[in-house]
Amino acid sequence: MSMLKLALGPVLYYWPRLTMFEFYQQVAESPVDIVYLGEVVCSRRHELRLPDWLDIAALLRDAGKEVVLSTQALIESGAELTTMRKLCEHRDFLVEANDFGAVRNLEGAGFIAGPHLNIYSEPTLAVLARQGARRWVAPLEMDRTAIATLLKTQPAGMESEVFAWGRMPLAFSARCMTARNRNLPKDDCQFSCIDYPDGLIMDTREQKAFLVLNGIQTQSALCCNLVRVMPEMADMGINVLRISPQSRDTLEVVAAFDKVRRGEWQAPHAAVMLEPLAPGGSCDGFWYGQPGMERVA
Amino acid sequence: MIELVCPAGSLPALKAAVDNGADSVYLGFRDATNARNFAGLNFDEAAIAEGIRYAHQRGRKVLLALNTYPQAANWQLWREAVDRAAGAGIDAIILADPGLMEYARNKHPGLRLHLSVQGSATNYEAINFYHEQFGISRAVLPRVLSMQQVEHLIRHVKTEIEVFGFGSLCVMVEGRCALSSYATGESPNTAGVCSPAKAIRWQQTPKGLESRLNGVLIDRYQPDENASYPTLCKGRFEVEGETYYAIEEPASLNTMELLPQLVQMGVKAIKIEGRQRSPAYVAQVTQAWRSAIDACGDGKRRFATHPSWSAALDRVAEGQQHTLGAYHRKWK
Repeated sequence: MSMLKLALGPVLYYWPRLTMFEFYQQVAESPVDIVYLGEVVCSRRHELRLPDWLDIAALLRDAGKEVVLSTQALIESGAELTTMRKLCEHRDFLVEANDFGAVRNLEGAGFIAGPHLNIYSEPTLAVLARQGARRWVAPLEMDRTAIATLLKTQPAGMESEVFAWGRMPLAFSARCMTARNRNLPKDDCQFSCIDYPDGLIMDTREQKAFLVLNGIQTQSALCCNLVRVMPEMADMGINVLRISPQSRDTLEVVAAFDKVRRGEWQAPHAAVMLEPLAPGGSCDGFWYGQPGMERVA
Repeated sequence: MIELVCPAGSLPALKAAVDNGADSVYLGFRDATNARNFAGLNFDEAAIAEGIRYAHQRGRKVLLALNTYPQAANWQLWREAVDRAAGAGIDAIILADPGLMEYARNKHPGLRLHLSVQGSATNYEAINFYHEQFGISRAVLPRVLSMQQVEHLIRHVKTEIEVFGFGSLCVMVEGRCALSSYATGESPNTAGVCSPAKAIRWQQTPKGLESRLNGVLIDRYQPDENASYPTLCKGRFEVEGETYYAIEEPASLNTMELLPQLVQMGVKAIKIEGRQRSPAYVAQVTQAWRSAIDACGDGKRRFATHPSWSAALDRVAEGQQHTLGAYHRKWK
């Protein structure tokens, strides 16, 4: 059983430029093995441009991290296609494909098949392997039984990754729900997302946090927390766990996952320690084949 | 002339579509292989055979939706469904999953493949991928693109393009939405359902009539308000102290007024949503759209929606409201 690798997912929110640079300075010194970079939600966000991302990528690579550039999940316009192609052509770094347009542009490139490609079964994973995927990320809603089944038959040399911490990116829309909240059209959104470093909470009319509006993306209000099942995931043969950045305590979360994989902390202890760091409380339902918002363990 | 593609959740609905002027009818098997896997709906082998016979005798086509994602434990079921469809003499199958497309392409090279809206191909690079790899003949576009984006896309693909014209509106990119499984454990991708009926509870309370999805309060209605099906993205929620339809109103998509533009930009087919709806719905909507398409022709003559067509569509619209959805840029 080899040690689980820790990956930091792309920042899903719109943080100010300086915050981003400071964040990745700290990430460079953290125990994560893999860092996903880039704007995956909305092409209107522009605090960082491609040269900035490449600077950060170089910094992290020099710190010994595996750097992956992530493509936008919902690509509609010609400009968005151009951005995606630029990332795919950039063969200095690995790329995570988050739609099949990117998969087409990454043929033979040894890419990461992202969580939004809907890889639920062996024949589809085989198609992606043939295209050049070297790692696949399980869909958010995939349960442990299905993941275990797919792991048994995955192509030789293929790595697997599971989303293990963070508010889950559950849906994408052409409509911007954050701009809608301010009665602004998307084309004149005034970059409202920058005011919500962890997204905008959407409560039910009983004041129960249900979802989080993050521009065109909708997330879970609860934080997926699978630290408790790390030993099980290692036994299953999962290679990489993804931690999704949040505005506070991300590196504390990374540290806790790191302690568990090194055997310094027991997983149940880490789960207790991490509970206060889970924005909105934690859930793990998807892992157990239950509604994602439920907490089983 | 643009092709009119109509839904059928049952044999009577299929006949209603054919009798009222559908060029093609799409349907699904009675299981989780299609994205309208609702109790009491869809077709067994005998019904499909009868449906195909009925349509073919009248020169119409039948398309089969196999547009959920084959699951890790039992993906063979989806392959069997492809074989059954091919054996039944279906005119095309509508697929979302690349692994299944590859199987269909290899096993039944003569069978026409359409890329389902559930495949969430929102740009021409994605559509070209499916075309080059699996020879798909047509792509159904997710309901998220503006008119300008549709036009741009059509110029860069070799496949036919089908768009949604009327019916219930998914505000999320189809195939990229796990909200339903977050709340209930079942989603369109995995189980062919969104906000499944078995998870819904209606309850009269002192605060009003409440709809809940697996316990989550989706909406609450005052006596003078029309209650709608609690699809979870179409409820009223609270954001920063304000209660409103935070994601989407319960409205129907209706693009009839855009018909001449859609025809002129080269859209090949218009899809009507609603396999879960009644034969009466199918008849009414099909008839209105048949009239509109005939009046529109090649899109170059003067076209205005006739009040009687709009009235017919209004009667069956969700929440009795219509929207142009993403086709109209401001909606976004």
